[in-house]
Amino acid sequence: MLNSLGREIPEYMEGIGKLEPFQGALTKLSKGWMDEPTIPAPNKAYLPHQSKLCKTLEEAIIRSNPHNGMTVSFHHHLRNGDILLVQTLTILHNMGIREITLASSSLNECHDPILPYLVDGTVTRIFSSGIRSQLGRAIALGVLETPVVIHSHGGRVRCIHTGKIQIDLAVIPASAADIEGNATGSHGKSAFGSIGYAVIDARYAKQVIVVTDNLVNYPCIPLSISQNFVDHVVLVDSIGDASKIATGTTRITNSPMDLRIAKLAADVIENSGFFVPGFAFQVGAGGASLAVAKFIREKMKTKGLKGSFMLGGITSYCVDMLNEGLFETIFDVQSFDAVVSNSLLNNRHHIEIPAALYANPFNCGCITNKIDVVVLGALEIDVDFNVNVITGSEGNIRGASGGHSDTASGAKLTVVVCPSFRGRIPIIKKRVHTIVTPGETVHVLVTERGICVNPAFRELEENLRNAGLNIKDIHDLEIEVDKITGIPAPLEYTDKIVGIVEYRDGTIIDVIHQLKEHGA
Amino acid sequence: MKNFKNRRTMLYIPGNNPAMIQQGGIYGADSILLDLEDAVALNQKDAARTLVRNMIKVTDFYDAEVCVRVNHLSTPFGMADLEEIVPLQPSAIRYPKTESPEEVIELLNIIEKIEDRHGLPHNKMTIHAMIETAMGVQNVFNIASKFSRIDAITIGGQDLTADMNIIYTPDGAGIDFARKRIIMAAKASHIDVIDTVFPDVNDEEGLRRETEYARKIGFTGKAVINPRQIDVVHEVFTPTEEEVRKAYHIVKEFRANSAAGIGVFAIDGKMVDAPIVARAEYVLRLANVQVG
Repeated sequence: MLNSLGREIPEYMEGIGKLEPFQGALTKLSKGWMDEPTIPAPNKAYLPHQSKLCKTLEEAIIRSNPHNGMTVSFHHHLRNGDILLVQTLTILHNMGIREITLASSSLNECHDPILPYLVDGTVTRIFSSGIRSQLGRAIALGVLETPVVIHSHGGRVRCIHTGKIQIDLAVIPASAADIEGNATGSHGKSAFGSIGYAVIDARYAKQVIVVTDNLVNYPCIPLSISQNFVDHVVLVDSIGDASKIATGTTRITNSPMDLRIAKLAADVIENSGFFVPGFAFQVGAGGASLAVAKFIREKMKTKGLKGSFMLGGITSYCVDMLNEGLFETIFDVQSFDAVVSNSLLNNRHHIEIPAALYANPFNCGCITNKIDVVVLGALEIDVDFNVNVITGSEGNIRGASGGHSDTASGAKLTVVVCPSFRGRIPIIKKRVHTIVTPGETVHVLVTERGICVNPAFRELEENLRNAGLNIKDIHDLEIEVDKITGIPAPLEYTDKIVGIVEYRDGTIIDVIHQLKEHGA
Repeated sequence: MKNFKNRRTMLYIPGNNPAMIQQGGIYGADSILLDLEDAVALNQKDAARTLVRNMIKVTDFYDAEVCVRVNHLSTPFGMADLEEIVPLQPSAIRYPKTESPEEVIELLNIIEKIEDRHGLPHNKMTIHAMIETAMGVQNVFNIASKFSRIDAITIGGQDLTADMNIIYTPDGAGIDFARKRIIMAAKASHIDVIDTVFPDVNDEEGLRRETEYARKIGFTGKAVINPRQIDVVHEVFTPTEEEVRKAYHIVKEFRANSAAGIGVFAIDGKMVDAPIVARAEYVLRLANVQVG
């Protein structure tokens, strides 16, 4: 069956179940309720003064009823410094556990060592918002029989509420915890800031292990994860590579190209009609996206304009803007550097939020619904403004859905920033390889070679033209770029589906087909 | 011959870097300077010349003026550079280490012969003379004033300090006399005068200070070596809204008074005469504002 974006979606997939095609960004939400029932969280009971402390991670896993076919979940707040996911799966592998469903909020390069477990059947299913590196390539080439499910950050919460992901064991690294399992990421030698993605895991998992390298006196404050959801606590020497978890401050790019794009994007925002007192703002943590914040900061100071809140992945740059009084509040679901952890701990206007509050579409209002302006990146964008942030030009799975579609859906102004080509590969396509975020939720594309406005937003285009900005038709820009790069030969795929891309409401926006190896 | 162009920035791009050449037009510099001279190693000269020749033909530099800095004719590369580049007729040829009018005559003779061979006019492509030796500074007025094809002169700070056996300092003390002498020669010749580069690309405040000084003493623009420097230089060389509004008022009043046969008049109690009007017209040209 075709979804509303013209993508062929199977009605049923073995190992996944029945699939519902995407029918529009707000179609399901507009009902006002979610058709799927919410499953109950597990009931648990502990005796007074019963010890949760385990000597090793292995002991905690043994106590957690490991079994074939179990689902194990992780958060990705340690980013590329995480070591516990690999350790956990290695322990389970050595115990002979098979057919594990891996439900990590995202997967990074540091998780490549689990690839043999995908090959040998230890791990047979994956739910994640992002997959990269060797894992991404192996999955694109078909290492798993069952397709991986790519969800958004908000969509992951919905998956857990509805039982699509039923977590048997949640392993939650924390930079500080006490013997009852009260835990946080906001202090300790491995501090990583917000632990927002793990909150739903703690609530729903049948067994919860908090792992820390910093066991503090009871109670561990703040109670980002609270003891009433935690079964076991493990003290280890290290939860990860601190140099890859969060260090220092996040620096603005020096790349002239990124800065050029960022400046144009800031000009777009300034003249969009949404750059007004009290506006809510979200930017990404790297490259041109973060650089937009630099120019917006200058414009806010020049105009004496004060915003309401910043949201999302938070960098030291956001903290600086909070401290300068440019915004009143930060809502932090994920933190990107050491400065942010410190601010989260000490500034009451810097608020840690769970993923459900951040972006789950099915509740009484997530905070992404309140965004005025969001700046997002793209691996590819097509002439209908559909955005791909999951598969690369060589066909590998190499990115993350993350909060892309969540924030685009909620924002009054979604600005996608990216270069018009990378290397020799054009980024603007007639049709993107994989749709993650539908074009109906993308207002503007900003590249170094011009600004394209989604024709569905005429008034916005008029505002930008009146401001003297260089607006181009996206079809013309596509042709202009193709003249520079030439048109790459199409990748070759088989009929096998290796990935399913869920939209945030649970409908299927696209599928990823198996890449033919010689085409990679 | 001279068409008025804003030359607030001239972005140097090494002639042997295809990616940078390809992206040259996107940063909004008023001029792109494709460099075959100092930015290119001796063993890369031939490759750079061929690359620049080919990329000028196919690259869209959008609204930027495209100039090529060739090697001096005293080097083994100068003649070959001209043979390849002149037929393409970029907006301008930038000639380095110009020291005397005689050198310019030699250069123009060669350029015109190449143009004749290709059936090209002599009045399309202009020449920017770089002054970067003590001798060049001494002869700058004769260089700037005698040739209609020269529509800009520039100062090369690094080479000049080397020629003077002094160290380049951030305050520019050693080249201050040269700067002002070159400016005066340009002003007397009614041509553009472009300041030297600011070498520290990470020192935005230093760049702003030096650019503000350059504007104050009379430069019409400044060379830049990194796209990140463009915005600062543009900000400094672009008239403020208040300056534009005032200039607009002056020119509008001037036209109205001229039509009534009045040459000198007053605005807000201050006399407005020809020099004031000329200055106001210059501000409006810089701001690309027409008086309707």
